[in-house]
Amino acid sequence: MSILEVRDISKRFGGLQALSDVNISVAENTVHAIIGPNGAGKSTLLNCFVGKLIPDTGSVSFDGQSVLGRKPHQINQMGISRVFQTPEIFADLTVIENMMVPCFAHRDGPFRLHAFESVPKERHITEMAEAMLDDVSMLEKRDLHAGSLSRGDKRRLEMAMCLVQEPRLLLLDEPTAGMARADTNNTIQLLKDIRRTRNLTMVIIEHDMHVVFSLADRITVLAQGTPLVEDVPENIKGHPKVREAYLGEAQV
Amino acid sequence: MDAFLLQILNGLDKGSAYALIALGLTLIFGTLGVVNFAHGALFMIGAFCAVTLQRLLTLSYETVDPERTDFLGNPMTVETPYVEAWFGPATGGALVDWAVPLAIVLAIPVMMLVGFVMERGLIQHFYKRPHADQILVTFGLAIVLQEIVKAVYGANPIPTPAPSALRGSMDVGALVGMEAYAVVYPIWRLVYFVFAALVIGGVFAFLRFTTFGMVVRAGMADRETVGLLGIDIDKRFTLMFGLAAAVAGLAGVMYTPILSPNYHMGMDFLVLSFVVVVVGGMGSLPGAVLAGFLLGILQSFASMNEVKSLIPGIDQIIIYLVAIVILLTRPRGLMGRRGVMEE
Amino acid sequence: MTDATQTAFPAQTPRAEAARDAQGRRDRMLLLIVALLALAAPILLNPFPTASALAQFNAGYPDLMQRFAIYGILAIGFNILFGLTGYLSFGHAAFLGVGSYSAVWMFKLLSMNVIPAILLATVIGGLFALVIGFVSLRRSGIYFSILTLAFAQMCYNLAYSVLTPISNGETGLQLSLSDPRVLDGPSSGSLPVTSLFGAEMREAATITLGGWSWTFSVGYYVCAALLLLAFWLSIRIFRSPFGLMLRAVKSNQNRMAYTGLSARPYTLAAFVISGMYAGLAGGLLASMDPLAGADRMQWTASGEVVLMTILGGAGTLLGPVLGAGVIKYFENIFSKINDAILHQWVAVLPDGLEDAVVAVIHPFVGKGWHLTLGLIFMAVVIFLPGGLVEGARRAGAVVRRRDRNAPSVESDAAARRAAAE
Repeated sequence: MSILEVRDISKRFGGLQALSDVNISVAENTVHAIIGPNGAGKSTLLNCFVGKLIPDTGSVSFDGQSVLGRKPHQINQMGISRVFQTPEIFADLTVIENMMVPCFAHRDGPFRLHAFESVPKERHITEMAEAMLDDVSMLEKRDLHAGSLSRGDKRRLEMAMCLVQEPRLLLLDEPTAGMARADTNNTIQLLKDIRRTRNLTMVIIEHDMHVVFSLADRITVLAQGTPLVEDVPENIKGHPKVREAYLGEAQV
Repeated sequence: MDAFLLQILNGLDKGSAYALIALGLTLIFGTLGVVNFAHGALFMIGAFCAVTLQRLLTLSYETVDPERTDFLGNPMTVETPYVEAWFGPATGGALVDWAVPLAIVLAIPVMMLVGFVMERGLIQHFYKRPHADQILVTFGLAIVLQEIVKAVYGANPIPTPAPSALRGSMDVGALVGMEAYAVVYPIWRLVYFVFAALVIGGVFAFLRFTTFGMVVRAGMADRETVGLLGIDIDKRFTLMFGLAAAVAGLAGVMYTPILSPNYHMGMDFLVLSFVVVVVGGMGSLPGAVLAGFLLGILQSFASMNEVKSLIPGIDQIIIYLVAIVILLTRPRGLMGRRGVMEE
Repeated sequence: MTDATQTAFPAQTPRAEAARDAQGRRDRMLLLIVALLALAAPILLNPFPTASALAQFNAGYPDLMQRFAIYGILAIGFNILFGLTGYLSFGHAAFLGVGSYSAVWMFKLLSMNVIPAILLATVIGGLFALVIGFVSLRRSGIYFSILTLAFAQMCYNLAYSVLTPISNGETGLQLSLSDPRVLDGPSSGSLPVTSLFGAEMREAATITLGGWSWTFSVGYYVCAALLLLAFWLSIRIFRSPFGLMLRAVKSNQNRMAYTGLSARPYTLAAFVISGMYAGLAGGLLASMDPLAGADRMQWTASGEVVLMTILGGAGTLLGPVLGAGVIKYFENIFSKINDAILHQWVAVLPDGLEDAVVAVIHPFVGKGWHLTLGLIFMAVVIFLPGGLVEGARRAGAVVRRRDRNAPSVESDAAARRAAAE
């Protein structure tokens, strides 16, 4: 049963056809990777899922409901979380406060005027936040300022902030971009753990083939705004079209 | 038709001042990315350059004139400006009379210097700080500058007349073939408009036709790339700050016959000039000029009795109203570039 | 919450538990200290005997103390918006102004009792903030500042011109004998005075002890009580989930949206709350002195609130009150120092030197106090972005390095700010 259904979407920016007739179907509880050379339209595609961009034509539906025309926060409340290429966290807040924001959002919805409750007295929220931090082994950093964390820790924190909302779909935009090999391996391990322990679908955009092939169940290869192939990893590896797309890039 | 022409003319002098200040604000914002709340103070300092020159030229020594007596019958003391003694009464008198336009010569180096000192001494430390901090520190600087002027020149407005040849009014209507005295307009305001047009034209020509200007425009569009080309963009931007200060100063110098300079005139103009910049589009030079004249003329139309009786109070709020509508419907202003100060 | 869910998660770490208690204790302590200071202000602010040369530095007279409290409320409200969300409003004077107008109208139409006046002022301030905020908060950054500025200037210009029937234009709105005052009945003889259930605002008891003289006025204690209420509310808001969300807005609106939160209602709520604070302050100003003029709404008045908050320390609890106090003290005390007084102080110096010293100090005091204020403000923005509170924290840290004491009350907020820079 597919949880994310993308049908015939196209997007133009001025003279540039960023996406044309993209069809993707992501099955529930799988990891679906979208790969492709630079400028293939991967990020544009992702932005269409989360409400940042609205495609010119076509439809995107999540769990049978259309996401088009909804704002990013509404789409998040439907159960889609997003991890950014450079971690987007609340740099001025402490780690535990960073965790509590999504906990409140998960419990109270997009807005609640809880001006007279007290954060320290919200035991359940604190426990939720701490348990999640523990899961990503960051509990001992709970009182540090998020802005002072290492890049790897920021990534972990962002991931934890997304997961604590118990999303049904997690979108990851190049989660290992700019990371050292060790950090990359840690992140792969983290994602594998998440996969093992949670009922969750992941859509991952990635450059690093090592990451893609160690995680993905299915792979869509995108080039110049159109999907070239969609298949299981084993069949993608030696696929002539894929090779052409990537080698083509290398020759330029 | 004549009423229409008169309102446009009425809008031009204020519009010219708005346009000149907004032009400088935009230059600073576009090149350095700094929101300068002290820009009104530069306008005010310019105006006080005119006051200073007037005072210097009228520095006098006293002589006793035995032929004239005061009302008590004592011989009268007569003050003679030194310039009249040095250059003879005719040339000296003319120098005093033309103090305001002559102050341009004084204002340009003074304002450039003020601009350089401001940029090197203060503003450059705020490039990387948030816009709110830039607003706050320049706001503080504006207070300091206007208080210094107040301490030196006092709190009262100081009348600085235009040269006698350019005082009085002119029958503009007759010039364009209307009946006599249908549109009578003060000469100096026309002079101000022509002056503003020349300065604006000069700045645009400078930016368009000199290599220096080209580099600056390229830097405004994409600072990093120009920096990568090995061009020292910072030094040029500092010069631009001096230029922007000079433009504001000149606007102030020539405005003195229209409004007697006082220490808070800068703040009064600043608020409106910011509105002008936002309406024109943050970072767009033509936008700033266009919006300046547009709002000046709109304001003058709104002050017509016919309009006021229709919508009471409209003359008081028209500029702000336009700004609010523009900001909400066209967030980038009339001619703003994409991505400038958008969150 | 059931036991099952409790056990499903690990218990809070003991350290977290301790930190939570410590913060609660510090907040209660801070409130207590502020309450004691406010209570004893008439004594504390008059440290110099009446006859001494330094008596002019005494600030313990009702009129000035009321200003401390009222502008403290205004700055606390401003800080809830600017300190937490980072939205810099240049239009808060509008809310102060409409608060004053509504209060005076209450005195004219209903009763000289300050309670209905203050309530109406707060509500009207909030309503204005709702309308202006609804429009202005569609944009952020400098555009938001300009929009609020434009709205405030519109209010100011209108109050001066076409709205004269409501605002009484340049003269300002005043009481008159012919006002209906439905609850009090018609007044005869002299103008009635504002009161709280019969206790007149200007009523005061003066105690003279030795060379000292202290004045305890009803008006001041009404203001002080409301200041404490305002301060307590701001502590609650700072520590609430709502306050956390406001800080999240300031920190990263993008992440906020992708966490399923809508930033606009949060900022609008903060804007309305801070507008209500400003309305309350305006109503109190009118309650102490029942007249309202349009100049209270001018943008320079908005600028003053900004100065107070930044000077004291934006985003800290105590900073705004401190900043308001410093600026009002300057305005009222520093501005009174003239050359004669300066000569008295430096009389010990030889004549020539004395004149020189006076000439150097002269531009900075008396009528030139704005210059000193501007310089101090610039220095704070340049060197001490956390304001006076941050300065106190740094000074405290230096002292503590010598005799390791407990952390200072405001250190957490200030440290957070410092880390953000």
